[in-house]
This record gives sequence, structure tokens and C-alpha cells, in this order.
Amino acid sequence: MTFFKADGLVINFGGIRAVDGVTFEVDAGEVFTIIGPNGAGKTTIFNLISRIYDPSAGRLTFCDEDITQVPPHEIAHRGIARTFQNIELFEHATVLQNLLLGRHTHRRSRFVEELVFLPRVRALELAHREAAEKVIDFLDLQPYRDSLIVNLPYGVRKVVEMARALCTEPKLLLLDEPSSGLSVEETEGMAFWIQDIRNLLGITVLMVEHDMSLVSAVSDRVLALNYGRPIAVGTAREVQEHPEVVKAYLGG
Amino acid sequence: MRFVFKTSYAQDLGLFRDPVQRNWYAGLFLAALGLPLLVPAYLPDLSLVFIYGLCGLSLMVLAGYTGLVSLGHAAFLGIGAYTHVYVVQDLGLPWILGLVLAALLSAAVSMLVGVPALRMTGVYLTIATLAFALIIQEVFTQWDRVTGGLKGKPVDKPVIFGISFAKDTAFFFLCLAFLILGLWLTSNLLRSPTGRAWVSIRDSEIAAQSMGVNLAAYKTLAFAYSAGLMGVAGALFSHKIGFLAPDIFSVLLSIQFLLMVVVGGLGSLHGAVFGAVFVAMLPVGISQARDAVPALFSQPFAVLGKPVVNAVFLVLDRFVKQPGLEPGIFGLILVLVILFEPLGIYGRWAKLKLYFSIFPLYKRATFRRQRAYMRSERLR
Repeated sequence: MTFFKADGLVINFGGIRAVDGVTFEVDAGEVFTIIGPNGAGKTTIFNLISRIYDPSAGRLTFCDEDITQVPPHEIAHRGIARTFQNIELFEHATVLQNLLLGRHTHRRSRFVEELVFLPRVRALELAHREAAEKVIDFLDLQPYRDSLIVNLPYGVRKVVEMARALCTEPKLLLLDEPSSGLSVEETEGMAFWIQDIRNLLGITVLMVEHDMSLVSAVSDRVLALNYGRPIAVGTAREVQEHPEVVKAYLGG
Repeated sequence: MRFVFKTSYAQDLGLFRDPVQRNWYAGLFLAALGLPLLVPAYLPDLSLVFIYGLCGLSLMVLAGYTGLVSLGHAAFLGIGAYTHVYVVQDLGLPWILGLVLAALLSAAVSMLVGVPALRMTGVYLTIATLAFALIIQEVFTQWDRVTGGLKGKPVDKPVIFGISFAKDTAFFFLCLAFLILGLWLTSNLLRSPTGRAWVSIRDSEIAAQSMGVNLAAYKTLAFAYSAGLMGVAGALFSHKIGFLAPDIFSVLLSIQFLLMVVVGGLGSLHGAVFGAVFVAMLPVGISQARDAVPALFSQPFAVLGKPVVNAVFLVLDRFVKQPGLEPGIFGLILVLVILFEPLGIYGRWAKLKLYFSIFPLYKRATFRRQRAYMRSERLR
């Protein structure tokens, strides 16, 4: 069975080929990291997987299903959740409300039922709340439960965004630069959480990351990109020592 | 300051925060019931406040919660009003059925418009709704077999299940009942997945989509629900004004509705009601000021002698009787609110409440907006 596979992904923005024939496979239960210099096309790959962009060529397979043509809002229903590099939280809502929106894919109540708030809706809402509270406990967000996002510091917002993605109970979690803008301590905390997400919740993680200490700490396999082309795949150590990668980062 | 001690998740699902808040609303409800005894002369104005409250609610769902600004909501009010009157008076069907059909037809038309229009975003959608409102107004004018055209259409007093609501008091209670029903239904939606999906679309479409929210479906739903509420308001409005003519449902009315939610405070149901009180009562206030202001402000000049008083009186009198004064004051207030209190009357109300609840520790910076730099690289 293929868990997740990107096969020959290509996307052109006008004359620029941002992603040029990227092929990789993620196995269930691993932490797979994409690295590369700025503009290498890492986030673009995420946006292709989220179906925000349409690939010019190539195929995406998730759990043996071709998801290349699936509408963007269906991706979450298939079991792929993501975070954003520049946090995209609902700023004028509380942490709890953000997490509850993460439960949207598990919505079972109908519009008319919600209009009069039937006991069934109440029971379903309580179940959503329980699920959100589990994630709050998992990521230690208790002190911030009822704070508005606009009032939270950047580091906490990063965690909240990850919590919201976890609320969808995904099979595959896409983390777009989880450590960007975080302090050293916060980055270490993030590494533990990523390991916990994989080991305790059994969620496969696909991430884009710059911080090599975080990458080496958590990744099973690493893919290095340059100018939209894959240049090396392997363990963090192998990739870091790969001559092409050194050349891409340092020139030469 | 009062803290709510929470012992179960169910507590967060209630309509009210705690019993104390519930009692305040019960008190407010009793006060509303007592209004006919206290201010019998203002009952027609208060009925209009409640109808406008429904309109405010409708636009609040769309603009305040889903983030879609419509400049064509007077058209939905008109569709509701004409449908209701046609169904009840020309087809002779029961009153309540007329109201339901008004809501349904209004919602159906909004979906017809919404499906293409909701592909647009921001100001383009607003312009599309504006164009739609102008077209609908033309339909009201031309389709005289149903609408009575420019000659207009007289509206009978409401009779529901054989009970007449012709009296001002009875109609007042009817409007109050529908406003409370509207508030209840809307707050139910807002504490359910639907309401959360709407808010998520307002705050970040891209994140909403990644969380599995079908943008087109939920935008259309918000549009239809909003138009449905407007249809109900239209049915009541037709009885309030007693005579339908196409020029009532003009763009100016749509702008007044928008003013209502902005002045009231975007993103809160309180704001819709505050805004309705403001917009419906301002003309009453202005007309009273018309009589009082010249006499009041010319008095201090009495020390300078009678001729000066008379001259000042005449100048002031001529000023307040200018025909364009009302829209001018509306516009001025809108500008002032956006400049000094972007959260509207509700924002001011929230600040006032906080001031007294944490007295003397209130600090101005609590509500000061912080500049955020992290959202610079938005997708699309």
C-alpha cells in the first residue's frame, strides 16, 4: 500500500518552474522532512498537497487514492491537516474556538438541527469539546484556552496552530516551518512534541524546516531541494554531508 | 470583578454565561414588555426598532460574522415584503404562510445571485450586490401585476389565526417576538459548527479551507440565511409602513442597514440591536431636536436684547429645517464612529463594562490594537 506519494510534481508560475519533477514517498509512521535554501519550492509543495495550487503535471497519491483532482476543502476530510509558515489562525476567536473549528471535518449535525440546537447537537458539541480538550492537555495549552489569539505571543500561536491541525485527527500532518520565529527553548519543545505526535498519536509527519538541529533530532528521512529539483534523499546526516546539498547552501 | 466557576463543559454551551447574566436578560425582557405602558406614544417607533433589529441581525451574520459586505439587502427586504403581501392579500393564504414563503423566496433568490456572486471577493462582491439591488428595484417597478408598480400597494393590518394585530401594542409584541426568535436562532447557529465555519471564513479563508470548510457552500449558506431573515423582516416591515412602493427599497436603505451594523459594532449580536435602536430612533431624535434646538440655543443671547435672540432663533431655525440634515448627520456619525470607535456602540459598551468591573485598574492599552507583522506573505 502507498501511504503518501508525490510523483513527478511540476508547477509553473508564468515562466518560473517553481517545482520541477519532485518525486518522493512518505511511509506511514515516519517523520519526513523537506529542506532547501530559500525559494527552493518547499512551501509550494505543501500548497500543492493542500490543493491550493493545481500542479502543472504529476500525481499525488494518499492511501492508495489519487488526490490530484480532489477539491481543496476535501483534503482535510481525507485525513491531511496542515499548519502555515505565517500563522493562519482565526485571530478574533479564542484558542478553544480555533480548536473546535479543527473538528469541522467531524461535523455530524445538520443545519436545521443546529438552528434550534437539538439535544443531539448539544451532545455532539460536547464530544467535540472533549476531543479538543484532549489536544489541549497533550500540548499543555490549558492556560490559554479562553484567550483571544490576537493577545497571544508568537510561540504560543505556533503551538495553537499545531493543536488545531491535531484536532482534525489527521493521518498525515504537514508542518510548514514549525520552528520559524521560535526561541531555542521553544524549538526544543517543538522537537519533543513532534516526536510525541509520531510516537504517541501515531500520526505521520511531513515537514518543511530550516533549523538543522530540529531536523536532525526528529527526522527519519530528509529530502533536499534546490531550485525546485530534488538533490538528495536519506537520513539527516547523509543529506547534510551530500556534496550537492553543501553546494546548494554554500555555493561553490 | 466576577469570575465564573466552571465545573462542566456543558456550561460553555449555554446561551448565557452564567445565571447572573441570564437574570439581566430576563430583566431586559420584562422591561421591553413594560414599554407599552411607559411610552405609549413611541410604540410605532419601537416596532420599527425591532424590525430593524432583525435586519441588523441579518446583515450581522453576513458582514459581521462571515465577512461578506452586501449593499443590496434592501432588495431582500423588498422581496420579503412584496411576497408576503402578495401571498396573503392576493392569494388569500394564511398570514404565517406568507411570512414563511417570504423568507424562503428571499433565501432562494439570494442563492441564485450568490452562486455566481460569491466567486468574487471583497469590494467586487459588494458592487455585485449593489447592482443586484438596483435590478430588483426595477423588477418591483415593472412587474405591476404583482407589485402594483409605481402606483404602490396598500397593506392590510396583520391578522394571524383570526387574531387581529391592528393595534400598535399588539404589533409591538409581534415584532418583539420575531426579534427574540431571530436572536435565538442566530445564536444557536453561532454556537454550532455552522457559525464557527462562518467566523473562520471571515478570519482566514485559506485556513478555513485547509480545515475542511467548503468555502462556496458556507458562503452561500450565510447569504441565504441572511436573506431569509431579511425576508421575515420584510413581511413585518410591510405592515409597519402600510403601503409598498418600489422607491422605499432603495440603495439608501441598504446603506442604512450597513450603517446599523457598523455603528452597532461588527461581530456581535448586541451590535445589531444597538445599531437598530440607533438608526431607528435617530430620526425621532432629530425631529424632536428640530423643535427644541432653536429656542434652547437662542436663550443665552437674552442679555444682548430681544432682537439678537430673534435673529439667532431665525438662523438656527432655518438651519435645522434644511431638508438634507438627516442623511448628513447619519454620514457624520458613521465617519466619527469609524475614526474613534471601530468596534461601534458594542465596543464602547464592552469597554465601559470592563471599566466598572475591574475598577480602578482599567488601563487604556487593554483595547489598543497591536501591530502584527506576521501576516505579510498571504497566499493569493
